[in-house]
Amino acid sequence: MTLPATRPLSARSKPAALGRRIMLQGRYETLTMLRNGEQLILAIVLPLMVLVALAVTPLLDGLGASRINVATPGVLALCAMSTAFTGQGIATGFDRRYGVLRFLSTTPLGKGGLIAGKVLAVLAVLVLQAIVVAAVALFLGWQPPLAGILLGIPLLALGAVAFTALGLLVAGTVRPEATLAITNLLWILFGALGGIVLPPTRLPDTVSAVVHFLPSGALGEAMRGALVHGEFNILAVVVLLGWSVVASAAAIRWFKWS
Amino acid sequence: MSKPTAPALIIDGLIRDVGPIPALDGRMKRIISGVYLTARFGQVTALLGANGAGKTTTIECAQGLQRRDGGTISLLGEDPDKPSAALRARVGVMLQDGGLPPSAHPLPLLRHVAQMYESPRSVDELADRLGIRAFADTAIRRLSGGQKQRVALAASLVGNPEVLFLDEPSAGLDPQARLMVFDLIRELRDEGLAIILTTHLLDDAQKLADYVYIVDAGATVAAGTVAQLLSQATSAEAQRTVTFEAPPGLDPAAALRRELSVSQTRPGSYSVTGALEPGDLLELARWWAALDVMPTSLHLASRSLEDVFLALSGTELR
Repeated sequence: MTLPATRPLSARSKPAALGRRIMLQGRYETLTMLRNGEQLILAIVLPLMVLVALAVTPLLDGLGASRINVATPGVLALCAMSTAFTGQGIATGFDRRYGVLRFLSTTPLGKGGLIAGKVLAVLAVLVLQAIVVAAVALFLGWQPPLAGILLGIPLLALGAVAFTALGLLVAGTVRPEATLAITNLLWILFGALGGIVLPPTRLPDTVSAVVHFLPSGALGEAMRGALVHGEFNILAVVVLLGWSVVASAAAIRWFKWS
Repeated sequence: MSKPTAPALIIDGLIRDVGPIPALDGRMKRIISGVYLTARFGQVTALLGANGAGKTTTIECAQGLQRRDGGTISLLGEDPDKPSAALRARVGVMLQDGGLPPSAHPLPLLRHVAQMYESPRSVDELADRLGIRAFADTAIRRLSGGQKQRVALAASLVGNPEVLFLDEPSAGLDPQARLMVFDLIRELRDEGLAIILTTHLLDDAQKLADYVYIVDAGATVAAGTVAQLLSQATSAEAQRTVTFEAPPGLDPAAALRRELSVSQTRPGSYSVTGALEPGDLLELARWWAALDVMPTSLHLASRSLEDVFLALSGTELR
Protein backbone atom coordinates (compact mmCIF):
# COMPACT_ATOMS: atom_id res chain seq x y z
CA MET A 1 0.00 0.00 0.00
CA THR A 2 1.25 3.45 -0.80
CA LEU A 3 0.79 6.75 0.92
CA PRO A 4 -2.07 9.03 0.01
CA ALA A 5 -1.35 10.91 -3.19
CA THR A 6 0.64 14.01 -2.50
CA ARG A 7 1.35 17.25 -4.27
CA PRO A 8 4.71 17.73 -5.94
CA LEU A 9 7.23 19.16 -3.54
CA SER A 10 7.17 22.51 -5.28
CA ALA A 11 3.62 23.05 -4.00
CA ARG A 12 4.05 24.36 -0.47
CA SER A 13 2.01 23.14 2.44
CA LYS A 14 0.08 26.11 3.84
CA PRO A 15 -1.43 26.84 7.25
CA ALA A 16 -5.18 27.20 7.68
CA ALA A 17 -6.24 30.82 8.24
CA LEU A 18 -5.31 32.30 11.65
CA GLY A 19 -8.91 32.86 12.77
CA ARG A 20 -9.87 29.32 11.81
CA ARG A 21 -6.92 27.85 13.71
CA ILE A 22 -7.85 29.75 16.87
CA MET A 23 -11.57 28.90 16.60
CA LEU A 24 -10.75 25.21 16.10
CA GLN A 25 -8.38 25.16 19.05
CA GLY A 26 -10.98 26.96 21.17
CA ARG A 27 -13.60 24.35 20.23
CA TYR A 28 -11.19 21.49 20.91
CA GLU A 29 -10.21 22.83 24.33
CA THR A 30 -13.85 23.55 25.22
CA LEU A 31 -14.88 19.97 24.44
CA THR A 32 -11.87 18.67 26.39
CA MET A 33 -12.92 20.76 29.43
CA LEU A 34 -16.55 19.67 29.20
CA ARG A 35 -15.57 16.00 28.96
CA ASN A 36 -13.52 16.23 32.16
CA GLY A 37 -15.73 15.16 35.08
CA GLU A 38 -13.63 16.83 37.79
CA GLN A 39 -13.71 20.10 35.89
CA LEU A 40 -17.49 19.94 35.53
CA ILE A 41 -17.87 19.55 39.31
CA LEU A 42 -15.69 22.61 39.78
CA ALA A 43 -17.43 24.54 37.01
CA ILE A 44 -21.11 23.74 37.62
CA VAL A 45 -21.81 21.63 40.71
CA LEU A 46 -19.87 23.60 43.32
CA PRO A 47 -21.15 27.03 42.17
CA LEU A 48 -24.74 25.75 42.22
CA MET A 49 -24.24 24.37 45.74
CA VAL A 50 -22.90 27.77 46.84
CA LEU A 51 -25.89 29.48 45.19
CA VAL A 52 -28.41 27.30 46.99
CA ALA A 53 -26.53 27.58 50.30
CA LEU A 54 -26.57 31.38 50.11
CA ALA A 55 -30.26 31.36 49.18
CA VAL A 56 -31.33 29.29 52.20
CA THR A 57 -29.04 30.82 54.87
CA PRO A 58 -29.19 34.36 56.30
CA LEU A 59 -25.56 35.22 55.41
CA LEU A 60 -26.54 37.87 52.86
CA ASP A 61 -29.64 39.26 54.56
CA GLY A 62 -30.07 43.01 54.43
CA LEU A 63 -27.77 43.66 51.44
CA GLY A 64 -30.38 43.72 48.67
CA ALA A 65 -34.00 43.10 47.83
CA SER A 66 -33.57 39.34 48.31
CA ARG A 67 -30.82 36.84 49.21
CA ILE A 68 -30.79 35.40 45.69
CA ASN A 69 -30.33 38.85 44.15
CA VAL A 70 -27.11 39.36 46.14
CA ALA A 71 -25.92 35.76 45.84
CA THR A 72 -26.19 35.29 42.06
CA PRO A 73 -23.66 37.95 40.89
CA GLY A 74 -21.06 36.54 43.29
CA VAL A 75 -21.67 32.97 42.15
CA LEU A 76 -21.25 34.07 38.51
CA ALA A 77 -17.91 35.61 39.55
CA LEU A 78 -17.03 32.32 41.28
CA CYS A 79 -17.73 30.51 37.97
CA ALA A 80 -15.19 32.72 36.22
CA MET A 81 -12.58 31.92 38.85
CA SER A 82 -13.35 28.16 38.70
CA THR A 83 -12.94 27.91 34.94
CA ALA A 84 -10.36 30.53 34.08
CA PHE A 85 -8.03 30.10 37.04
CA THR A 86 -8.35 26.65 38.58
CA GLY A 87 -9.65 24.52 35.70
CA GLN A 88 -7.65 26.12 32.94
CA GLY A 89 -4.52 26.44 35.10
CA ILE A 90 -4.49 22.74 35.99
CA ALA A 91 -5.14 21.67 32.38
CA THR A 92 -2.35 23.91 31.08
CA GLY A 93 0.07 22.69 33.76
CA PHE A 94 -0.41 19.08 32.72
CA ASP A 95 -0.33 19.93 28.99
CA ARG A 96 3.05 21.47 29.69
CA ARG A 97 4.25 18.39 31.58
CA TYR A 98 3.25 16.06 28.73
CA GLY A 99 4.86 18.18 26.02
CA VAL A 100 1.48 19.04 24.45
CA LEU A 101 2.31 22.76 24.46
CA ARG A 102 5.62 22.10 22.70
CA PHE A 103 4.08 19.84 20.07
CA LEU A 104 1.18 22.19 19.28
CA SER A 105 3.55 25.14 19.10
CA THR A 106 5.37 23.38 16.22
CA THR A 107 2.12 23.14 14.22
CA PRO A 108 0.67 26.18 12.43
CA LEU A 109 -1.36 26.88 15.60
CA GLY A 110 1.78 28.20 17.33
CA LYS A 111 2.19 29.62 20.82
CA GLY A 112 -0.08 32.62 20.28
CA GLY A 113 -2.86 30.50 18.79
CA LEU A 114 -2.59 28.06 21.67
CA ILE A 115 -3.11 30.80 24.27
CA ALA A 116 -5.90 32.43 22.23
CA GLY A 117 -7.61 29.03 21.96
CA LYS A 118 -7.44 28.61 25.73
CA VAL A 119 -8.99 32.04 26.32
CA LEU A 120 -11.81 31.21 23.86
CA ALA A 121 -12.44 27.90 25.62
CA VAL A 122 -12.62 29.63 29.00
CA LEU A 123 -15.14 32.13 27.65
CA ALA A 124 -17.23 29.39 25.98
CA VAL A 125 -17.40 27.31 29.17
CA LEU A 126 -18.17 30.46 31.16
CA VAL A 127 -21.15 31.20 28.89
CA LEU A 128 -22.53 27.71 29.58
CA GLN A 129 -21.94 28.12 33.32
CA ALA A 130 -23.63 31.52 33.35
CA ILE A 131 -26.68 30.11 31.51
CA VAL A 132 -27.05 27.24 34.00
CA VAL A 133 -26.48 29.43 37.09
CA ALA A 134 -28.79 32.17 35.80
CA ALA A 135 -31.52 29.64 35.00
CA VAL A 136 -31.38 28.14 38.50
CA ALA A 137 -31.22 31.63 40.06
CA LEU A 138 -34.26 32.81 38.07
CA PHE A 139 -36.09 29.71 39.27
CA LEU A 140 -35.15 30.70 42.85
CA GLY A 141 -36.58 34.20 42.29
CA TRP A 142 -33.62 36.20 40.97
CA GLN A 143 -34.69 39.57 39.48
CA PRO A 144 -31.73 41.32 37.87
CA PRO A 145 -32.10 44.84 36.41
CA LEU A 146 -31.65 44.97 32.60
CA ALA A 147 -28.88 47.60 32.83
CA GLY A 148 -27.11 45.39 35.33
CA ILE A 149 -27.15 42.43 32.92
CA LEU A 150 -25.67 44.54 30.11
CA LEU A 151 -22.96 45.78 32.47
CA GLY A 152 -22.36 42.37 34.06
CA ILE A 153 -21.49 40.54 30.83
CA PRO A 154 -18.35 42.57 29.96
CA LEU A 155 -17.36 42.64 33.65
CA LEU A 156 -17.53 38.85 33.82
CA ALA A 157 -15.43 38.62 30.65
CA LEU A 158 -12.85 41.01 32.16
CA GLY A 159 -12.72 38.86 35.29
CA ALA A 160 -12.18 35.77 33.10
CA VAL A 161 -9.27 37.50 31.36
CA ALA A 162 -7.63 38.44 34.69
CA PHE A 163 -8.03 34.94 36.10
CA THR A 164 -6.88 33.28 32.85
CA ALA A 165 -3.68 35.33 32.95
CA LEU A 166 -3.14 34.38 36.60
CA GLY A 167 -3.84 30.71 35.85
CA LEU A 168 -1.36 30.71 32.96
CA LEU A 169 1.23 32.42 35.16
CA VAL A 170 0.97 29.67 37.78
CA ALA A 171 0.76 26.83 35.23
CA GLY A 172 3.75 28.10 33.28
CA THR A 173 6.13 28.57 36.17
CA VAL A 174 5.69 25.70 38.65
CA ARG A 175 5.28 21.91 38.39
CA PRO A 176 1.75 20.67 37.53
CA GLU A 177 1.31 19.12 40.99
CA ALA A 178 2.07 22.52 42.51
CA THR A 179 -0.33 24.20 40.07
CA LEU A 180 -3.01 21.75 41.19
CA ALA A 181 -2.39 22.58 44.85
CA ILE A 182 -2.04 26.36 44.43
CA THR A 183 -5.07 26.90 42.19
CA ASN A 184 -7.34 24.65 44.29
CA LEU A 185 -6.20 26.23 47.54
CA LEU A 186 -6.67 29.76 46.22
CA TRP A 187 -10.10 28.79 44.87
CA ILE A 188 -11.16 27.81 48.40
CA LEU A 189 -9.46 30.80 50.09
CA PHE A 190 -10.72 33.35 47.57
CA GLY A 191 -14.11 31.66 47.55
CA ALA A 192 -14.49 31.83 51.33
CA LEU A 193 -12.58 34.97 52.29
CA GLY A 194 -11.70 36.73 49.02
CA GLY A 195 -14.85 38.82 48.74
CA ILE A 196 -16.12 36.91 45.72
CA VAL A 197 -19.42 35.43 47.01
CA LEU A 198 -19.44 37.06 50.46
CA PRO A 199 -19.22 40.87 50.19
CA PRO A 200 -16.38 42.56 52.11
CA THR A 201 -18.90 43.91 54.65
CA ARG A 202 -19.66 40.37 55.75
CA LEU A 203 -16.00 39.44 56.21
CA PRO A 204 -13.79 39.97 59.31
CA ASP A 205 -12.41 43.52 59.51
CA THR A 206 -8.82 42.35 59.00
CA VAL A 207 -9.55 41.01 55.51
CA SER A 208 -12.32 43.32 54.35
CA ALA A 209 -9.89 46.20 53.74
CA VAL A 210 -7.65 44.02 51.54
CA VAL A 211 -10.19 42.14 49.45
CA HIS A 212 -11.08 45.16 47.31
CA PHE A 213 -7.61 44.84 45.80
CA LEU A 214 -7.74 41.10 45.20
CA PRO A 215 -9.00 39.91 41.79
CA SER A 216 -11.66 37.89 43.63
CA GLY A 217 -12.97 40.82 45.65
CA ALA A 218 -12.81 43.21 42.71
CA LEU A 219 -14.80 40.88 40.44
CA GLY A 220 -17.32 40.04 43.18
CA GLU A 221 -17.88 43.71 44.02
CA ALA A 222 -18.06 44.74 40.34
CA MET A 223 -20.67 42.07 39.63
CA ARG A 224 -22.77 42.92 42.70
CA GLY A 225 -22.50 46.62 41.92
CA ALA A 226 -23.87 46.02 38.44
CA LEU A 227 -26.49 43.34 39.12
CA VAL A 228 -27.77 44.45 42.54
CA HIS A 229 -27.58 48.22 42.22
CA GLY A 230 -27.10 48.82 38.48
CA GLU A 231 -23.86 50.68 39.30
CA PHE A 232 -20.45 50.75 37.62
CA ASN A 233 -17.69 50.14 40.21
CA ILE A 234 -14.71 52.00 38.76
CA LEU A 235 -12.26 50.98 41.48
CA ALA A 236 -13.05 47.29 40.93
CA VAL A 237 -12.61 47.60 37.16
CA VAL A 238 -9.26 49.36 37.59
CA VAL A 239 -8.11 46.61 39.98
CA LEU A 240 -9.18 43.89 37.51
CA LEU A 241 -7.44 45.64 34.62
CA GLY A 242 -4.30 45.97 36.77
CA TRP A 243 -4.28 42.26 37.61
CA SER A 244 -4.84 41.41 33.93
CA VAL A 245 -1.93 43.54 32.75
CA VAL A 246 0.51 42.51 35.50
CA ALA A 247 -0.31 38.79 35.30
CA SER A 248 -0.16 38.79 31.48
CA ALA A 249 3.20 40.57 31.47
CA ALA A 250 4.56 38.19 34.11
CA ALA A 251 3.24 35.15 32.21
CA ILE A 252 4.82 36.38 28.96
CA ARG A 253 8.10 36.97 30.81
CA TRP A 254 8.32 33.77 32.87
CA PHE A 255 6.09 31.16 31.16
CA LYS A 256 8.14 28.04 30.44
CA TRP A 257 6.87 25.93 27.56
CA SER A 258 8.65 22.78 28.68
CA MET B 1 9.00 15.68 -9.87
CA SER B 2 11.09 18.79 -9.59
CA LYS B 3 13.36 18.91 -6.56
CA PRO B 4 14.54 22.15 -5.03
CA THR B 5 18.31 21.99 -4.95
CA ALA B 6 18.97 24.31 -1.99
CA PRO B 7 19.39 22.37 1.26
CA ALA B 8 16.30 22.11 3.46
CA LEU B 9 18.25 22.78 6.64
CA ILE B 10 21.68 24.24 7.33
CA ILE B 11 22.99 24.41 10.88
CA ASP B 12 26.29 26.25 11.13
CA GLY B 13 28.34 26.44 14.31
CA LEU B 14 25.43 26.04 16.69
CA ILE B 15 26.06 27.10 20.28
CA ARG B 16 23.67 26.62 23.18
CA ASP B 17 24.27 27.47 26.82
CA VAL B 18 22.11 26.45 29.76
CA GLY B 19 22.11 27.71 33.28
CA PRO B 20 23.13 29.45 35.39
CA ILE B 21 24.31 26.27 37.10
CA PRO B 22 24.70 26.53 40.90
CA ALA B 23 27.39 23.81 40.87
CA LEU B 24 29.45 25.98 38.51
CA ASP B 25 29.23 29.02 40.84
CA GLY B 26 26.28 30.31 38.84
CA ARG B 27 28.07 30.22 35.50
CA MET B 28 26.46 29.01 32.29
CA LYS B 29 27.18 25.57 30.93
CA ARG B 30 27.84 25.20 27.20
CA ILE B 31 26.00 22.06 26.09
CA ILE B 32 26.32 22.64 22.34
CA SER B 33 29.65 24.00 21.24
CA GLY B 34 29.75 23.54 17.47
CA VAL B 35 27.20 21.42 15.64
CA TYR B 36 27.27 21.56 11.84
CA LEU B 37 24.64 19.88 9.71
CA THR B 38 23.18 20.14 6.22
CA ALA B 39 20.01 18.23 5.33
CA ARG B 40 18.81 17.86 1.74
CA PHE B 41 15.50 17.04 0.10
CA GLY B 42 15.04 13.41 -0.86
CA GLN B 43 17.50 12.27 1.81
CA VAL B 44 17.39 10.89 5.31
CA THR B 45 19.91 12.77 7.41
CA ALA B 46 20.77 11.11 10.73
CA LEU B 47 22.12 12.84 13.78
CA LEU B 48 23.87 10.00 15.56
CA GLY B 49 25.22 10.23 19.06
CA ALA B 50 25.15 8.77 22.55
CA ASN B 51 22.51 9.86 25.03
CA GLY B 52 23.29 13.40 26.16
CA ALA B 53 25.45 14.21 23.12
CA GLY B 54 23.17 17.13 22.19
CA LYS B 55 21.00 15.66 19.43
CA THR B 56 17.63 16.73 20.81
CA THR B 57 18.88 20.18 21.78
CA THR B 58 20.20 20.64 18.25
CA ILE B 59 16.99 19.78 16.47
CA GLU B 60 14.87 21.70 18.99
CA CYS B 61 16.90 24.80 18.12
CA ALA B 62 16.14 24.07 14.45
CA GLN B 63 12.42 23.70 15.25
CA GLY B 64 12.29 27.00 17.17
CA LEU B 65 11.52 25.20 20.43
CA GLN B 66 14.78 26.32 22.06
CA ARG B 67 16.65 29.54 21.55
CA ARG B 68 20.29 29.37 20.54
CA ASP B 69 23.28 31.30 21.84
CA GLY B 70 25.39 31.30 18.70
CA GLY B 71 25.72 30.09 15.14
CA THR B 72 23.17 30.27 12.35
CA ILE B 73 20.29 28.04 11.33
CA SER B 74 18.50 28.23 8.00
CA LEU B 75 15.35 26.12 7.73
CA LEU B 76 13.76 26.36 4.26
CA GLY B 77 15.66 29.62 3.90
CA GLU B 78 14.31 31.17 7.10
CA ASP B 79 15.69 31.58 10.60
CA PRO B 80 13.53 29.23 12.73
CA ASP B 81 14.15 31.11 15.99
CA LYS B 82 10.63 32.59 15.89
CA PRO B 83 9.02 30.50 13.16
CA SER B 84 6.09 31.97 11.22
CA ALA B 85 2.90 29.97 10.72
CA ALA B 86 3.82 29.60 7.04
CA LEU B 87 7.15 28.01 8.01
CA ARG B 88 5.58 25.78 10.66
CA ALA B 89 3.09 24.50 8.08
CA ARG B 90 5.96 23.20 5.93
CA VAL B 91 7.75 21.40 8.77
CA GLY B 92 6.57 18.27 10.60
CA VAL B 93 7.87 17.51 14.08
CA MET B 94 7.81 14.32 16.11
CA LEU B 95 9.05 15.04 19.62
CA GLN B 96 10.91 12.49 21.71
CA ASP B 97 8.19 12.45 24.36
CA GLY B 98 5.40 12.54 21.76
CA GLY B 99 3.70 15.63 23.14
CA LEU B 100 0.24 14.10 22.79
CA PRO B 101 -2.55 14.95 25.25
CA PRO B 102 -3.04 11.83 27.42
CA SER B 103 -6.83 12.05 27.59
CA ALA B 104 -7.32 12.41 23.81
CA HIS B 105 -8.15 9.55 21.45
CA PRO B 106 -5.87 9.05 18.44
CA LEU B 107 -8.22 9.79 15.52
CA PRO B 108 -9.99 12.89 16.88
CA LEU B 109 -6.60 14.30 17.86
CA LEU B 110 -5.16 13.67 14.38
CA ARG B 111 -8.26 15.22 12.76
CA HIS B 112 -7.85 18.26 14.98
CA VAL B 113 -4.18 18.69 14.07
CA ALA B 114 -5.03 18.15 10.37
CA GLN B 115 -7.45 21.10 10.46
CA MET B 116 -4.58 23.46 11.25
CA TYR B 117 -3.42 23.02 7.63
CA GLU B 118 -4.95 24.15 4.38
CA SER B 119 -4.47 20.84 2.56
CA PRO B 120 -3.60 18.08 5.02
CA ARG B 121 -3.02 14.43 4.30
CA SER B 122 -5.99 12.11 4.82
CA VAL B 123 -6.13 11.06 8.48
CA ASP B 124 -7.93 7.83 7.53
CA GLU B 125 -5.21 6.75 5.14
CA LEU B 126 -2.44 7.61 7.61
CA ALA B 127 -4.27 5.69 10.32
CA ASP B 128 -4.58 2.66 8.04
CA ARG B 129 -1.00 2.90 6.98
CA LEU B 130 0.38 3.07 10.53
CA GLY B 131 -2.05 0.52 11.99
CA ILE B 132 -3.64 3.11 14.29
CA ARG B 133 -7.19 1.83 13.79
CA ALA B 134 -6.43 -1.21 15.93
CA PHE B 135 -6.26 1.06 18.99
CA ALA B 136 -8.35 4.01 17.82
CA ASP B 137 -10.83 3.63 20.71
CA THR B 138 -8.14 3.79 23.39
CA ALA B 139 -7.12 6.98 25.17
CA ILE B 140 -3.54 7.95 24.45
CA ARG B 141 -2.52 7.52 28.10
CA ARG B 142 -3.38 3.80 27.85
CA LEU B 143 -1.37 3.13 24.68
CA SER B 144 1.98 1.33 24.66
CA GLY B 145 5.13 3.31 23.93
CA GLY B 146 5.24 2.01 20.37
CA GLN B 147 1.57 2.83 19.73
CA LYS B 148 2.05 6.37 21.04
CA GLN B 149 5.11 6.65 18.80
CA ARG B 150 3.02 5.77 15.73
CA VAL B 151 0.34 8.35 16.63
CA ALA B 152 3.07 10.96 17.11
CA LEU B 153 4.52 10.05 13.72
CA ALA B 154 1.10 10.39 12.09
CA ALA B 155 0.63 13.77 13.80
CA SER B 156 3.97 14.97 12.40
CA LEU B 157 2.94 13.89 8.88
CA VAL B 158 -0.66 14.99 8.75
CA GLY B 159 0.21 18.50 7.57
CA ASN B 160 1.97 17.15 4.48
CA PRO B 161 5.36 18.63 5.43
CA GLU B 162 8.39 19.17 3.21
CA VAL B 163 10.79 18.80 6.12
CA LEU B 164 10.26 16.16 8.78
CA PHE B 165 12.04 16.04 12.16
CA LEU B 166 11.93 12.69 13.95
CA ASP B 167 13.48 12.55 17.42
CA GLU B 168 14.36 8.90 18.15
CA PRO B 169 11.68 7.49 15.82
CA SER B 170 12.31 3.83 16.63
CA ALA B 171 12.15 4.21 20.43
CA GLY B 172 9.69 1.76 21.93
CA LEU B 173 8.76 0.10 18.64
CA ASP B 174 8.46 -3.67 18.41
CA PRO B 175 10.18 -5.30 15.40
CA GLN B 176 7.07 -5.30 13.19
CA ALA B 177 6.23 -1.67 13.92
CA ARG B 178 9.87 -0.76 13.35
CA LEU B 179 9.78 -2.30 9.88
CA MET B 180 6.52 -0.50 9.13
CA VAL B 181 7.91 2.84 10.29
CA PHE B 182 11.20 2.38 8.43
CA ASP B 183 9.39 1.53 5.20
CA LEU B 184 7.29 4.66 5.60
CA ILE B 185 10.36 6.83 6.24
CA ARG B 186 12.04 5.50 3.06
CA GLU B 187 8.86 6.11 1.08
CA LEU B 188 8.63 9.70 2.35
CA ARG B 189 12.26 10.24 1.39
CA ASP B 190 11.52 8.92 -2.09
CA GLU B 191 8.63 11.39 -2.30
CA GLY B 192 11.26 14.10 -1.85
CA LEU B 193 10.95 15.05 1.81
CA ALA B 194 13.99 16.13 3.76
CA ILE B 195 13.99 13.89 6.83
CA ILE B 196 16.17 14.68 9.82
CA LEU B 197 16.22 12.02 12.50
CA THR B 198 18.14 11.58 15.71
CA THR B 199 19.16 8.20 16.99
CA HIS B 200 21.60 6.59 19.35
CA LEU B 201 21.12 3.30 17.51
CA LEU B 202 23.78 2.64 14.91
CA ASP B 203 21.54 0.10 13.30
CA ASP B 204 18.89 2.77 12.62
CA ALA B 205 21.47 5.04 10.99
CA GLN B 206 22.94 2.18 8.95
CA LYS B 207 19.49 1.06 7.73
CA LEU B 208 17.92 4.44 7.03
CA ALA B 209 20.38 7.27 6.63
CA ASP B 210 21.72 8.63 3.37
CA TYR B 211 23.98 10.94 5.31
CA VAL B 212 25.15 10.67 8.91
CA TYR B 213 26.42 13.34 11.31
CA ILE B 214 28.07 11.94 14.39
CA VAL B 215 27.62 14.27 17.36
CA ASP B 216 29.65 13.90 20.51
CA ALA B 217 29.72 16.15 23.59
CA GLY B 218 27.87 18.93 21.77
CA ALA B 219 29.86 19.06 18.53
CA THR B 220 29.80 17.38 15.12
CA VAL B 221 32.81 15.05 15.08
CA ALA B 222 32.30 13.21 11.77
CA ALA B 223 30.05 13.38 8.74
CA GLY B 224 29.53 11.35 5.60
CA THR B 225 27.49 8.67 3.94
CA VAL B 226 27.43 5.39 5.80
CA ALA B 227 29.76 3.95 3.14
CA GLN B 228 32.18 6.88 3.46
CA LEU B 229 32.33 6.63 7.22
CA LEU B 230 32.97 2.91 6.94
CA SER B 231 35.65 3.23 4.27
CA GLN B 232 37.45 5.97 6.21
CA ALA B 233 37.61 3.63 9.11
CA THR B 234 38.58 0.65 6.99
CA SER B 235 41.42 2.41 5.22
CA ALA B 236 42.76 3.65 8.52
CA GLU B 237 42.76 0.19 9.94
CA ALA B 238 41.53 -2.53 7.61
CA GLN B 239 39.95 -4.85 10.06
CA ARG B 240 37.96 -7.94 9.29
CA THR B 241 37.07 -10.77 11.60
CA VAL B 242 36.38 -14.43 10.92
CA THR B 243 34.72 -16.32 13.71
CA PHE B 244 34.06 -20.06 13.65
CA GLU B 245 33.08 -22.83 15.98
CA ALA B 246 34.92 -26.15 16.08
CA PRO B 247 36.08 -28.65 18.72
CA PRO B 248 37.98 -26.90 21.54
CA GLY B 249 41.74 -27.05 22.00
CA LEU B 250 42.85 -26.41 18.40
CA ASP B 251 45.54 -23.88 17.43
CA PRO B 252 44.57 -22.04 14.20
CA ALA B 253 47.55 -19.65 14.61
CA ALA B 254 49.85 -22.46 13.42
CA ALA B 255 48.20 -22.34 9.99
CA LEU B 256 47.94 -18.57 9.55
CA ARG B 257 50.13 -15.54 8.91
CA ARG B 258 51.75 -14.09 12.00
CA GLU B 259 50.12 -10.63 11.35
CA LEU B 260 46.68 -12.00 12.12
CA SER B 261 45.55 -12.15 15.70
CA VAL B 262 43.91 -15.40 16.78
CA SER B 263 41.96 -16.00 19.93
CA GLN B 264 39.63 -18.52 21.44
CA THR B 265 36.87 -16.38 22.92
CA ARG B 266 35.41 -19.39 24.74
CA PRO B 267 36.17 -23.13 24.38
CA GLY B 268 35.48 -24.08 20.79
CA SER B 269 34.77 -20.54 19.60
CA TYR B 270 37.64 -19.07 17.56
CA SER B 271 38.21 -15.58 16.23
CA VAL B 272 40.75 -14.41 13.63
CA THR B 273 41.13 -10.64 13.21
CA GLY B 274 43.30 -8.51 10.94
CA ALA B 275 43.75 -7.42 7.33
CA LEU B 276 42.29 -10.67 6.05
CA GLU B 277 42.83 -11.63 2.41
CA PRO B 278 41.22 -14.38 0.34
CA GLY B 279 44.35 -16.50 0.72
CA ASP B 280 43.98 -16.48 4.50
CA LEU B 281 40.57 -18.10 4.16
CA LEU B 282 42.10 -20.71 1.85
CA GLU B 283 44.80 -21.49 4.46
CA LEU B 284 42.15 -21.81 7.13
CA ALA B 285 40.15 -24.25 4.99
CA ARG B 286 43.29 -26.32 4.19
CA TRP B 287 44.02 -26.51 7.92
CA TRP B 288 40.47 -27.78 8.66
CA ALA B 289 40.88 -30.38 5.86
CA ALA B 290 44.23 -31.57 7.23
CA LEU B 291 42.75 -32.02 10.71
CA ASP B 292 39.52 -33.43 9.26
CA VAL B 293 37.55 -30.78 11.21
CA MET B 294 34.24 -29.43 9.95
CA PRO B 295 33.39 -26.12 11.68
CA THR B 296 29.83 -25.98 13.04
CA SER B 297 29.57 -22.28 12.22
CA LEU B 298 31.51 -19.72 10.20
CA HIS B 299 31.06 -15.95 10.08
CA LEU B 300 32.90 -13.15 8.32
CA ALA B 301 32.36 -9.53 9.44
CA SER B 302 33.80 -6.23 8.34
CA ARG B 303 33.96 -3.10 10.42
CA SER B 304 30.57 -1.72 11.36
CA LEU B 305 29.42 1.83 11.92
CA GLU B 306 29.54 0.93 15.57
CA ASP B 307 33.34 0.64 15.44
CA VAL B 308 33.54 4.05 13.75
CA PHE B 309 31.23 5.51 16.33
CA LEU B 310 33.12 4.08 19.28
CA ALA B 311 36.46 5.15 17.81
CA LEU B 312 35.18 8.73 17.51
CA SER B 313 33.19 9.12 20.67
CA GLY B 314 35.16 6.86 22.97
CA THR B 315 33.92 3.80 24.79
CA GLU B 316 33.43 5.24 28.25
CA LEU B 317 29.95 5.76 29.57
CA ARG B 318 28.76 9.30 29.94
